[in-house]
Amino acid sequence: MAYLEGKNLVASYGVVPILHECSVEVEKGELAVIVGPNGAGKSTVMRVLLGMLEATSGSVTLDGNDISMLSTQDRIAQGLAFVPQTKNVFPSMTVEENLQMGGFIREDDISKTIEEVYELFPILYEKRKQLAEELSGGQRQQVAFGRAMMTRPSVMLLDEPTAGVSPIVMDEIFSNILDVRNAGMAVLMVEQNAQQALNIADKGFVLVSGRNEHTGTGKELIKDPEVRKKFLGG
Amino acid sequence: MSDSIDIINAFALLTNFVILPALSYGSQLALGALAVTLVYSILRFSNFAQGDSMAFGTMLVIFLSGYMISKGWTITGVPTALLAIPIAIIGMSIYLLLMDRLVYRHYRGIKIKQSIVGITASIGVMFITGGIVRFFLGASAQRFGDGERFIFSVREFKAFTGLQQGIALKTSQFLTITLAILLVAFLFYFLQKTKTGKAMRAYSDNKELALLSGIDPDKVVRITWLLVALFTTIAGTLYGLDKGFAPQQYHLLLLPIFASVIVGGIGSPIGAIAGAFLVAFSEILLTYAYKKFLIYLLPLSMHPNSLVQLIGTEYKYAISFVILIIVLLIRPTGLFKGKVIVDE
Repeated sequence: MAYLEGKNLVASYGVVPILHECSVEVEKGELAVIVGPNGAGKSTVMRVLLGMLEATSGSVTLDGNDISMLSTQDRIAQGLAFVPQTKNVFPSMTVEENLQMGGFIREDDISKTIEEVYELFPILYEKRKQLAEELSGGQRQQVAFGRAMMTRPSVMLLDEPTAGVSPIVMDEIFSNILDVRNAGMAVLMVEQNAQQALNIADKGFVLVSGRNEHTGTGKELIKDPEVRKKFLGG
Repeated sequence: MSDSIDIINAFALLTNFVILPALSYGSQLALGALAVTLVYSILRFSNFAQGDSMAFGTMLVIFLSGYMISKGWTITGVPTALLAIPIAIIGMSIYLLLMDRLVYRHYRGIKIKQSIVGITASIGVMFITGGIVRFFLGASAQRFGDGERFIFSVREFKAFTGLQQGIALKTSQFLTITLAILLVAFLFYFLQKTKTGKAMRAYSDNKELALLSGIDPDKVVRITWLLVALFTTIAGTLYGLDKGFAPQQYHLLLLPIFASVIVGGIGSPIGAIAGAFLVAFSEILLTYAYKKFLIYLLPLSMHPNSLVQLIGTEYKYAISFVILIIVLLIRPTGLFKGKVIVDE
């Protein structure tokens, strides 16, 4: 059984069904990517894993424990962390305050974790007294990662971390993600830039209309002629 | 030589009739405007019940101080109302939390525009609150200040300085300015330095992310109402000590308070304070009769015959409107960059 596992998830927004028996999983120290066309339910999978949307059936397990019935906040406390696609920082708070808010639920001393985030993203240390809204897109994304890391999570969920950024910043963000993975976390991300994402992914899930269409390692999926034809533009 | 004395006299006059009253009126507005800003930032609606809530808090103080005077629980020289404020704040907190439980919480649960629904609900609360105050205390004006009326009076000032024009510092003015400084310092410390205060700012900034960070929304809302109770009770009491208590007057205070908030920049605490003083000084500077002031400064041949009053005092509420219109036309975000919260 994988570290984080969403199994046979079925979910809908009101009467509109989105996910049909969709399954995803990720191990610690592994980067898994969910790709697929618009409206395939990629972000919905994240919402279900986080408990922001209730699944009609299926289960979510973390390290073998069923967390399906827990609230979002309890899942965060259990080790899940989430970086939303947009609005993922507190804009009128400083970088340091953003990190402090990330560690809000922790009772112990968070200063060491803040140091660790600064070590991972040195630019944030320089800008720690600046408001998040004054930072560039890439730097803001680093604040978003840093904020999510403050709970010392075992799983990091990322919703389209490279949406709307330039190619250079995209490379920067992907390299940040690999750093996070190499630090031993399980990273599961939804990504529009399928080619680049699968290139660095250990595992990939191709979702179509809320169903698992293809599953495999990143390399396998890139080589798969059907996947290439349908999703990677030949 | 006589000229320089005249100039000093002129400014003593201005201090007594314009600067001191405007400073204390501005402080009262600022406290009310901060309460409106807090509700706007956290609960995301403009609280129309603010004026009447101030009347409610003042009502509690009037009853409590009356009781305390009847029991002889007073301190010589100190307005008993001041001693009653802490207990009144507790009463006000209970009332506001009850209103939140009975009214606002219901609408928070509904996924529709909070800005519109909240305003409408708060108008209802405004009428209920105003009704309660009039039911228990009546609609007529009354004074409830006791103790020393002046820190120093015009006569004492004149005797001390030998000037022709005197300055009096009313106890209510002194209390207003002192308490306002203390409360504002407390609020800024709380929001900038404490974990709970930062959580409130985070919640105001990005609600969804605050929830993802484990910030408890119910606690944030509760603390907001407690702060609102603190500011509302003190603002209402200080206004009442200064100008007397009349429910209708409190109800109308909503206008200059909203003007302060918008002029300063919606959602910005510093803006609310700056806006409050701008509105207060404009009201008083424009409705003051400058005749005596000019007589001190101008040579005899140029002495004015009229009152030299720019606008009659009966139009003072129009001044808030005019400032509001000018700001909305020229700088819609307010003096300090405010932010209009968009419903998600």
